[in-house]
Order: sequence, then structure tokens, then C-alpha cells
Amino acid sequence: MSTVFIALQANEETRPIIEAIEIDNPEAVVNREPAMVKIDAPGHLVINRETIEEQLGRSFDMQELNINLITLSGNVCEDEDSLTLTWRT
Amino acid sequence: MQIDLRTVSIQPLRQTFDHLARRFGDKPASRYQEGSYDLQAAENLHYRPTWDPEQELYDTSISKIVMQDWYALKDPRQFYYSTYTLTRARQQENAEANFAFVESRGLVELIPAEVRQAALDLLVPLRHAAWGANLNNTFICGYGYSVIFTQPCIYHAMDNLGSAQYLSRIGLLLGGTEALEAGKTAWMEGEAWQELRRYVEDTLVLRDPFESFVAQNVALDGLLYPLVYARIVDEHFSANGGSSVTMLTQFMNDWFEETRKWIDAVMKVAAAESDANREQLQAWTIAWRDRAVVALLPIVRQVFGAQAEEIVSEQLDAFNARLDKTGVVI
Repeated sequence: MSTVFIALQANEETRPIIEAIEIDNPEAVVNREPAMVKIDAPGHLVINRETIEEQLGRSFDMQELNINLITLSGNVCEDEDSLTLTWRT
Repeated sequence: MQIDLRTVSIQPLRQTFDHLARRFGDKPASRYQEGSYDLQAAENLHYRPTWDPEQELYDTSISKIVMQDWYALKDPRQFYYSTYTLTRARQQENAEANFAFVESRGLVELIPAEVRQAALDLLVPLRHAAWGANLNNTFICGYGYSVIFTQPCIYHAMDNLGSAQYLSRIGLLLGGTEALEAGKTAWMEGEAWQELRRYVEDTLVLRDPFESFVAQNVALDGLLYPLVYARIVDEHFSANGGSSVTMLTQFMNDWFEETRKWIDAVMKVAAAESDANREQLQAWTIAWRDRAVVALLPIVRQVFGAQAEEIVSEQLDAFNARLDKTGVVI
């Protein structure tokens, strides 16, 4: 199975997002690089708005993700509540 | 000459403070965690306070609620000084804009006289109740245990002061300084307000910080805010031409919705800790809820007359349903 990944800047704003990804994707591997956090997952990675909101303590707009997004790989499926990365066959 | 650029990754020796690493593991901590966890002074307090030698200076046994770890009472809003002040500053700007809008367009003149009088009679005396809420929350902050629980209480106290100031400004806007004096007289002498005044004054002498929390934040505010600001101001006054009043009380509605998450979370965690806690919380909630209903009924009756009982009982059902969700089944 191919790997999907998402890379975010390492700062105070992305900390709750990264925690949310870790909660929702037990198989994801978090690599903390200098100033960047790259999260790899086998085949499938989901980011849920609700989980981020629980970590963050306020409401969150999924588009806020783009502010600190460096890059991602995988087919993106995005709506107001979640963002999913997969490889479609 | 050729220069090779190479990234060197330097691992910090510590990701965070040791006490946070012990709780959450060795990873970068949030500002909320740094500003809240394990800050309560707990060791090397040699002397008992001279003003009450029966207790320790910071004593968990002041409250009947027993927690294995008081830091479990997390605030889901994760307010620490910076996030709290930023949030409230935004809301303050919004409220200022609403007041300016109502004043500059002369909207007060458009409110029918009877709605204006009803708004004055209802809202202005409530500033004294809000001041009571300020004192109670300050008390909880002073005598409660663990920063995670006491910190939001002092924010709550400041918010209550803010509400009281908005109510004063509404009084000044709708009726001038005489309105504030009339409000004080109504609070001290008016028949309809005496039950609420008794309730507030009785909560001021409580000595268990958690009982204060239940009496003030759960029972009284849990019924007062939806009844007064949602049912009466937003629905009744709006329908009768007083929609500019709702612009002035917008903060109270938003604030109630926001703080309710924190209050529910505290109740939920404290009740889940042990059966003894849950039973104690149930007993307090039932006792203070019943008194709050008695206190609020004459105030609702001022506006709705004979319908008041029905409206209060609807709100009571909503309140009970809310408490059921926290595990404090009543």
C-alpha cells in the first residue's frame, strides 16, 4: 500500500491539528523535522474538524488548515467536516 | 568553490517542563497546559492560616467534592490569560459597535414605551444579581483547589462584572440615571425581586466552593440566562418592537452558550469521579434549582403574567435534560 502524507509547519497553531491527526489515525507516523512536521500514513489519512475542535477548544474552519500547510500527497477528498487523503485505484 | 548546504537537526534537551512531561509525555506542550497544570502551591506550606486554623492554607477538604486529581477539571475552551483576553476583547468591540449603532440611529426612540419600561424593569435590577455572581466566582477562585478549576472562575467573575456593566449601560441608555436608582430600589424593595435577592445573598455565605459553583453557575445562571435573555429579550421583546434591546444583550446570550460548555465539563468530570460526588452534586443541584425556580418565577411573571409558570417549566425541562447529559441525573 502506498503512503500518503501531509506536512505542516511546526508552530503553536498546528500543534492541536497534529494531535487530532494522531488521535484519528493510529497508524500515522509523525516525523518532527526542523520547523516542519511531516505525517506519513499507509494508504489513508483523515483529518476531522471535530477532533481538532476538541484539541483546540474553539470552533475551527477546515480552510484554516491551508495557512500552515506545506505540502501533501494523495487524492484529496475535502468537505466542511473532514479532509481525507487516499490513493484511488 | 562549492558550498554544500546541509540541514542539521538539533533536538532540544527538553520539550517542556518536567511536571508537564510527567503528565502528558515528553512532547511540546500547549500554552494552556503550561499556564494551568500543577501551578497550585501544594508543598512546604508550614503554617495554617491565622484566620482559620482549622484548615490548611490551600485545603481540598473545604469542599465535600473529592477528586483524586483536581487537574482533571479541564476547561474545554482552554482559556488562559492570552486567549481569554483576546476573545473578550473581540466581543467587547462587537458590543461597543452594537451600542454605537443603537445610539447613533436613535433606535431607542423607536422602542414602544411599554416594551422600554418592561426592559428597564427586567434588566436593570439584574445588574445586582450579576454582581453577586461576580463575588461568588471570586470566592470559588480563592478557596477552590487547582489552577485548572480556579482560573476559569476568575474569568467568569470578570465576565459577570462585564455583564453588570452592560446592564448599567442599557439602563442609562433607555432611562438615564433615574433608571439605575429605580433598579436599585426595585432590587431592595420590589416585591418581585425579593426571592432572587434572598437567593443571591444566601449564596454569598456558602463556604463550600463547589456548592457555590453549583448554586451560582449551574442552577441560577443555567435558568436565568435562557429565561431572561433568550425567552424574554430575544423572543418577547423582539416580537413587540424591541429588537434593538436584543442587540444590546447579545453578549449575554453568546457568553451563556460559551461558558455552558465549561460548566458542563466540570460537572461531568466531577460526577464521573465517584458515586459520592455524583450524589452530592445531585443534592446540591436539586436544592438550588428548586430555589432558583421560586426566585425567577415572579420576575418572569412581570412580563408574561399567567403564562409564566408554563414558560419556566419548559425551561426547567431543558435544564434537567442538560444536566442529564453531564451524568448528574436529576
